[in-house]
Amino acid sequence: MNTKKRVVAMLLAGGQGSRLYALTKNVAKPAVPYGGKYRLIDFPLSNCTNSGIDTVGVLTQYQPLVLNEYIGNGEPWDLDRMNGGVHVLPPYETQSGASWYEGTANAIYQNIRFIERYDPEYVVVLGGDHIYKMDYSKMIDFHVRNNADCTISVIDVPKAEASRFGIMICNDEGKVTDFVEKPKEPKSTLASMGIYVFSWDKLRKYLIENEKDANAKRKAGQPWSKDFGKDIITSMLRDGQSLFAYEFEGYWKDVGTLDSLWEANMDLINPNVPLDLYDPRWKIYTRSSYTPPQYIGEDAKVENSMVAEGSNVDGEVDFSVLFAGVTVEKGAEVRYSIVMPGTVIKAGAVVEYAIVGEDCVICEGARVGNPPEKSGDRDDWGIAVVGHNVTVSEGKSVAPKEIISDNV
Amino acid sequence: MSVNFNVLGLIFASLHDSSLREMTELRTMGSVPFGGRYRLIDFPLSNFVNSGISEVGVITKHNYGSLLDHIGSGRDWDLARKRGGIHILPPYSRTDNREGMYTSRLDALKNVWSYVDHSKAKYVILSNANFVATIDFDPILEQHISTGSDITLVYGTGYYEKEKRTHPAKNTVLEFDNENYFVSAMVDPDFSGECKIWLETMIVSKNVLSNIVSSASSSGIYSFTKSILQTSGHVYKIMGYEHKDVFMRIDSMQSFYKANMALLDADTRNALFPKGRPVFTKVGDNAPVHYGIDAKVKNSLIADGCIIEGTVENSILFRGVRVAKGAVVKNCVLMQGTIVGADSDINAMITDKNVEVQENAVHTCSVQHPLFKGKGGKA
Repeated sequence: MNTKKRVVAMLLAGGQGSRLYALTKNVAKPAVPYGGKYRLIDFPLSNCTNSGIDTVGVLTQYQPLVLNEYIGNGEPWDLDRMNGGVHVLPPYETQSGASWYEGTANAIYQNIRFIERYDPEYVVVLGGDHIYKMDYSKMIDFHVRNNADCTISVIDVPKAEASRFGIMICNDEGKVTDFVEKPKEPKSTLASMGIYVFSWDKLRKYLIENEKDANAKRKAGQPWSKDFGKDIITSMLRDGQSLFAYEFEGYWKDVGTLDSLWEANMDLINPNVPLDLYDPRWKIYTRSSYTPPQYIGEDAKVENSMVAEGSNVDGEVDFSVLFAGVTVEKGAEVRYSIVMPGTVIKAGAVVEYAIVGEDCVICEGARVGNPPEKSGDRDDWGIAVVGHNVTVSEGKSVAPKEIISDNV
Repeated sequence: MSVNFNVLGLIFASLHDSSLREMTELRTMGSVPFGGRYRLIDFPLSNFVNSGISEVGVITKHNYGSLLDHIGSGRDWDLARKRGGIHILPPYSRTDNREGMYTSRLDALKNVWSYVDHSKAKYVILSNANFVATIDFDPILEQHISTGSDITLVYGTGYYEKEKRTHPAKNTVLEFDNENYFVSAMVDPDFSGECKIWLETMIVSKNVLSNIVSSASSSGIYSFTKSILQTSGHVYKIMGYEHKDVFMRIDSMQSFYKANMALLDADTRNALFPKGRPVFTKVGDNAPVHYGIDAKVKNSLIADGCIIEGTVENSILFRGVRVAKGAVVKNCVLMQGTIVGADSDINAMITDKNVEVQENAVHTCSVQHPLFKGKGGKA
């Protein structure tokens, strides 16, 4: 069978997501729930399918159980293919021993043989922790048109935030002349989105070189790394390779922190935010839960919110995102919060400015979070977070900014 | 749950199509939308799958395009299988039987007999798409086998009203003795009261079914009720099994409306959608429901993909329904893609797919006689 593919996508899903604390205790970051019925990885996977990319390697390492089960044979994203399709690629053992992925570049390096089976011309490298809708085929066209060796997707960010990102400095033709990771004084506002298109022969060459160099440095006791931004891009720039910045316009959100995860969910409710999940031409696919439609009860009040199937609401829900199978009992109140699948908010409980994980129980009269205006010390205020499978007992409370992963 | 290779499931997707003529003009009974995100066939299909039966034949007649579209390869029911799996059995032309257009159950079975015969299963479960019920076949099969029955009829106890027997789809009322042995069957009897209503679901041992179909073929009498239950009941060992949970028969626009509305009752929902026995359906990949700034929703069942900015009460909204600002929707069943325009006011309406209720339109009907608007219509 001819297994040739013009494009192969490699999705880096091994991240621990340590800044999501309790939410990534037992699951990899790309498996974190988002937007009522999705998990973060649904976005890059759906983008691949909608862009006509049918061969995707998903590199996993940290807590892969949930992610593996979730991806399965790739059927929900139309990635169950005879030739190609989605493949989960964990680290493996070889004759020379087993080795964890030692950085983003090393993860791809260790799977060179996977990529070569498809003999691609272009390899797209993606992350698993951003919310955005993007047609990768347009970026590949841009790459081909420019005869580039590497194309990096960038987004214009406010100057004040530029120092949080990897910043690209470009000339007038969009050619990248310099790249600085989290600069103190940014010379540009074009931030890397962590989405790369490489011509495969070039990427292959630099992956092998980086591996050699880094191992030699390690042997000599010098600092080493095997990272895309830090090593591959920097080396390519040093050698005068042709790198282009592809400017993306649209909604793009990094959900690396609890605050940004909360904000990204709230963005869905905000009519002014340009992220349309209802567009039939660019659906975001997800693994379905086979629950009945949601029931909104006689005493319910639901406004400015997003609620997923299988939920049962008889309380008050405002400015919130409820995931599949959530119960909000009569007399319970949920405001400015995210409640993940299967959680029960009992009568009289109040959840405000909070993220509540999967399969939690917030008992009668309990309180999770508090609005900023009711908090004395505004500097010390933040989103309250309840990890997965946690019970907050009757009358107990979880303070703003508090993160719990055990029953209280 | 493990796979039961001993049972073949058959669903008659087109029997009684005529009782819901407005909705089956374009589709079979089995593909009539129900309960926000389902089609009627999802219930018998899921009953089979949840009972470990993974070999299922769906017998159709005409207008089965929407059914083919709904079922696809069968993977949403986990029925895209190498061993068994789902097969759609449309009528096919034969010189000896009226171009394959069957008119009754046994006639249809004769048509698809080579498929049934080919199966290695020892038992066949026959089911219709016009009953909404969540049935576990395991205990029924167990009774069938342990009692050595030829036929086990599944019935429910319900109120039968003779006044409502004008439907083309006839009700079969059964009688059993104290030990659940079959005594008699009456079709649309002339009384009202609580009785045992056949759910048009039964287990038949395959060799028995083979005899029944071949003798029907030679006698030319193809009505199962007439030729077997009413005249040859003593020839076979026939027993009853009571389905004690909720069942709803869809045999008219009124009963369709009533069955949908019944889902607003928590007990009915819990009986039809018990934990651990999901009702499978084609995945729609819709985003969650968005409730806008002035949304007021009460006592309603709402499927994914809806965007609600108006008022919705006592209603069933299928996938992707839009209710614009100022619109008031009460006691309605709005199917997939219905758009309710701004400041309109509708009461007791059933809209088929993609109906558009115009801005400022007013349609107030009574819940006894809900107004039906056909696919793609404007109201």
